[in-house]
Amino acid sequence: MDMQTNSFTLNRASLWQRPGFRYFLLVTPALVALLLLFAYPLSRILIKSFFNPGFTLKEYVYFFTSPLYIRVMWITIELSLLTTLTSLVIGYILAYVLRRARPGIRNVFLMAIMLSFMISLLVRNYSWIIVLERNGVVNIVLRYFGLIDHPLRLLHNKFGVVVGMTHIFVPYIAFPVYSVMMGMDLNLEKAAQNLGASRWQTFWRVSFPLSLPGIGAGSLLVFIMALGFFITPALLGGRKEQMLSNLIQIQVVDLLNWPFASAMSTILLIVTLFIFFIYNRYLGTERLWGGVKT
Amino acid sequence: MTGKPKRKTNWHDPLHIGWPLWVVSGSAVFFLLVPVLLLVPLSFGSAEIIQFPPTKFCLDQYRKFFSHPAWQSAVLNSLQVSALTSIASTTLALLASIALVWGKFRAKSLITGFILSPMIVPLIVLGLAYYVFLAKFGLIGTKLGLVIAYTPLTLPFAVLPISATLRGFDRSLENAALNLGANRFQTFLKVTIPIIRPGVITGALFAFMIAFDEVVIALFICGSTAVTLPKKMWDVIRYEIEPMLPAISTLLLLLAVFFLVSVGLLQRRLTKRMEIR
Repeated sequence: MDMQTNSFTLNRASLWQRPGFRYFLLVTPALVALLLLFAYPLSRILIKSFFNPGFTLKEYVYFFTSPLYIRVMWITIELSLLTTLTSLVIGYILAYVLRRARPGIRNVFLMAIMLSFMISLLVRNYSWIIVLERNGVVNIVLRYFGLIDHPLRLLHNKFGVVVGMTHIFVPYIAFPVYSVMMGMDLNLEKAAQNLGASRWQTFWRVSFPLSLPGIGAGSLLVFIMALGFFITPALLGGRKEQMLSNLIQIQVVDLLNWPFASAMSTILLIVTLFIFFIYNRYLGTERLWGGVKT
Repeated sequence: MTGKPKRKTNWHDPLHIGWPLWVVSGSAVFFLLVPVLLLVPLSFGSAEIIQFPPTKFCLDQYRKFFSHPAWQSAVLNSLQVSALTSIASTTLALLASIALVWGKFRAKSLITGFILSPMIVPLIVLGLAYYVFLAKFGLIGTKLGLVIAYTPLTLPFAVLPISATLRGFDRSLENAALNLGANRFQTFLKVTIPIIRPGVITGALFAFMIAFDEVVIALFICGSTAVTLPKKMWDVIRYEIEPMLPAISTLLLLLAVFFLVSVGLLQRRLTKRMEIR
């Protein structure tokens, strides 16, 4: 290609000759679809939140000054952090055992986690209603063994929401941590113990630090997803456990307050994208995307 | 003290898992599966009231579910919407993955990020966005509206397995075909596609499953005319007492098992094809 020709005078034939351009053509259908059917609808929400009809910050001022919404924001963050923590503990232990188990047991565990992962979200939340409700399985069993006199309140509170969300998010921690651990040489642990470290020391100073990339990737992903989660707080939470996303739905469906719902959505979207940006910057998206190299 | 002194090593086998860890990890697996599995025996109980433990064994719940017109149409709507979504997003994903894995062009990483971004946008935000967007074209309460909303959403889930497959594909096979006189199009259809097919089907299955289970966006755009299965289930869980949900859950559990087995078989077939070099 003539290097002197500037891009404006490139004729079609020479553009077509460039292999990069031909590949670019293949990605255009997806790009156009996403721009029209994904980016455009989202941008409308952003615009709606700032213009009513002239430019205004009214909705945002209201959100950040109303005690109710400040509280909802804190509840959202608190529940997301709690869920991330519990999922992390359970997911990490599963990954740790998976890494060390014999192939037979490993496959059974892997299949169990994957099956749970694939079951409909609604079904999984519904099953917790059956298990935790007033006359649910847990209360019936506990009462049968005479451990309680009155049914425990396990549903429509923080406990219910954290249990339901943890149940959904455990695989999102277990899989990335497991994949990081699979790349780890277990001889390092032997070496540490040879050099006199106790089992506990070996874990905290060798195995744990080496699995940090998986922990970081998994927990940030879970935190992002938990922040915008809707189904579980709606089904398993009480009035006090409604998160930002539930308030957005109430604003739209019950109150028809579009501008305010748009403002809340914009806040949620910006926070999500911001955390994702940090994630991308420091951990690289590759782990999240399961290795789509860019 | 008699007998052999126990040989004491001061290191452990790294593969050794102590019993406390077995107990904890076993409980974790129990936690992940048992609540859902409990629904299976419940589904064979009474269709009037959900009882634990179930007192009778019958198929009433299933009979009721399959004979109810509202549930039938919900299942049908879901199948149609998910199938169309899966076709649309798999087609886009195949073309895009070829470009993203094999091509070199400007802003590739930016474009990859953009294509995968629907994965992280909160569903509630998308629901609101599509409500506003689709209302403008009168597409609320239509299956087309649902397909429009689900295609971008499922795109990343189709792109991931397909691009992983393409990365494992040995392109010298294409060169061989080209050298033997096939043109680019023939090579793609006769050599590339047959080898990567299991990966593409995996992508299509993922897209289908995501669309088939989606409820948050559905709440906004189903209306009363294009009610999908998850939307109908949502309404029932929230507002009614409907004792056939265990049966529906059991059927969805079977679907998940079917999906898992299919993906497993497809992966196996894929590795077999990739090995022939």
